[in-house]
Amino acid sequence: MSSAAREQDPAWLPQPARVVERLEESRDIFTLRIELTDPGAHAAYDFAPGQFNMLYLHGVGEVAISIVSDPEEGGTIDHTIRAIGRVTKGLARLAPGDVLGLRGPYGRGWPLQRARGRDVLLITGGLGCAPLVSVINYVVKRRLQFGRLCIVQGVKHSADLIWRERYERWAALPDTRVLLAADQAVSGWRWHVGLVTELLQDVDVDPQNCTVMMCGPEAMMDAAARTLTSRGYPEAALYLSMERNMHCAVRHCGHCQFGGDFVCADGPIFAYPRVKPLLHVRGY
Amino acid sequence: MPPIDAGFLPRERLQALLDALAAGGRRVLAPVVRDGAIVFGEVTRADELPRGVDDEQAPGAYRLHDNGSARVFDWSTGPQALKPLVFAPRETLWRAERRDGGLSFAPVAAQAPATAVLGVRACDLAALALSDAHFIDGPARDPGYAARREALLLVAVNCARPAATCFCASTGDGPHARAGFDLALTELDDGYLVAVGSEAGHALAAALALEPAGAARGDAREEQARTAAATQRRALPGRDLEKALFENLEHPRWDEVAARCLSCGNCTSVCPTCFCHATTDVAALGGATSEHVREWDSCFTQRHCAMHGYKVRPHIRQRYRQWLTHKLGSWHAQYGRSGCTGCGRCIAWCPTGIDITEEATAICAGSAS
Repeated sequence: MSSAAREQDPAWLPQPARVVERLEESRDIFTLRIELTDPGAHAAYDFAPGQFNMLYLHGVGEVAISIVSDPEEGGTIDHTIRAIGRVTKGLARLAPGDVLGLRGPYGRGWPLQRARGRDVLLITGGLGCAPLVSVINYVVKRRLQFGRLCIVQGVKHSADLIWRERYERWAALPDTRVLLAADQAVSGWRWHVGLVTELLQDVDVDPQNCTVMMCGPEAMMDAAARTLTSRGYPEAALYLSMERNMHCAVRHCGHCQFGGDFVCADGPIFAYPRVKPLLHVRGY
Repeated sequence: MPPIDAGFLPRERLQALLDALAAGGRRVLAPVVRDGAIVFGEVTRADELPRGVDDEQAPGAYRLHDNGSARVFDWSTGPQALKPLVFAPRETLWRAERRDGGLSFAPVAAQAPATAVLGVRACDLAALALSDAHFIDGPARDPGYAARREALLLVAVNCARPAATCFCASTGDGPHARAGFDLALTELDDGYLVAVGSEAGHALAAALALEPAGAARGDAREEQARTAAATQRRALPGRDLEKALFENLEHPRWDEVAARCLSCGNCTSVCPTCFCHATTDVAALGGATSEHVREWDSCFTQRHCAMHGYKVRPHIRQRYRQWLTHKLGSWHAQYGRSGCTGCGRCIAWCPTGIDITEEATAICAGSAS
């Protein structure tokens, strides 16, 4: 009985997948473009930006990785990954044609339907902005369906910035503003040197008609949310992507709990009022 | 169905109950003394049960004593709840195999033999209902847990002698079982009052040819229940401490308890409702196959909260706080009630004797719960 049940429930069993293309993004960041080995399963695979998959590397384990491709394009399922742990360092060595496992998608994605017709402010900090790149691509491809777009990205060191040419391209789009900050910068960095939150005074969106999406260190998101709410952005219009250790992705294993929420299922994208009480408390 | 009194089983006919439970090849687990503790073990004979044994429990202490009684359920809670019978301590979920350049995944069937458990306490029945809510009733159903759960037949025994560590009266979960069992026994000096809680229990009771209970035995049961509740000296300061705990996240008591806590995870192992588990992958030496294995985990380990290069709870203070604020606090948000059923195991099995009722009382003091 249980055997049959597990077989029927994709939550419990990865599906075989294959690497179609591997892109080198920086020294330790890469993108795997993969497809499910079963063409029917691949065609039926559906997700929303902000959702994630559990990628399985044979004999090593699983890791939660957000999906960066466009859900409506129907091509490969893309994951931008930083080689930092046991599984991700192994995934970094995969080449086109190599096989892996995929469970997903899991979690709640970004509020893109709610953001339609409104200004969009995207704030990211730390290395890379993978969970938000899917949103940027989504908005850029449907530019007329959204108001002004402002992308604010902070990195520790200017050398950490990946996809520099993409930022240049986005910055050239109509009604689109890109603001970059680096805590430390090499000469030639023509953007802000300092904290990403210092850039928030330069954004030109309508606080009363703007959806804000954030991703990065919690201290940065907490500071950004406080700054924005003090400038008149409603708390309910702010969304954060939370990250926690995840093993099961189906709200069972307990690792990703944040107060009463399971980040894997109740998140990883949360409206700010939901996470606000514990966001600044270390240990949650 | 609400419990229905079915009659009286004299103690000398306890074997008939064991035989009825074993009918059809069902495995029967009942209390046995092993390694100085009462645990659930496989039994076939009534004389394997712990006759005249009681347990003395205190913070950091658990000892068995012979008391010369004819009773076999004269103890309260051993270290083992029902949890390991449904939420396996270690279990292989699936197996991956690499062959001819491809990768395939096959589920590993859970072993779920039909099992009767005799001697289940009210606190553990309440805990089982909480585990069911977590593993079965949510959006994802755990098939292994569900199979083992469906294979269980539960014979409760109402507690007559709560241990000094017990506080189920304050959580509302005991000492008498009210739901979640097939049969419930009340042990008296000469035998057992039997109540029926399910269709399966009804069939069992019918096969036992029970005697009429008589009013005196009914009165004795009520008196036993009152005494069992009244003798409990420990209590939580309220049934819903969510607000009070989260209002006191910086209370100095967290530092004080952290100085005594070894972060060993004993409390989460013996807790009947702690559900955290970790998965690891165990590759065969040849490399072609690999098993995805799930094991109990504890929020007291640093691994529990570890992400790449960052630990959410590096300090014991944060880990104890996570455990307590989840167990007594955010469990309400998740499952509509506290995650504690008052079994007291975490008090007895803590090597340094940390008392959850004492900590919760100290931390919530001053907040209106």
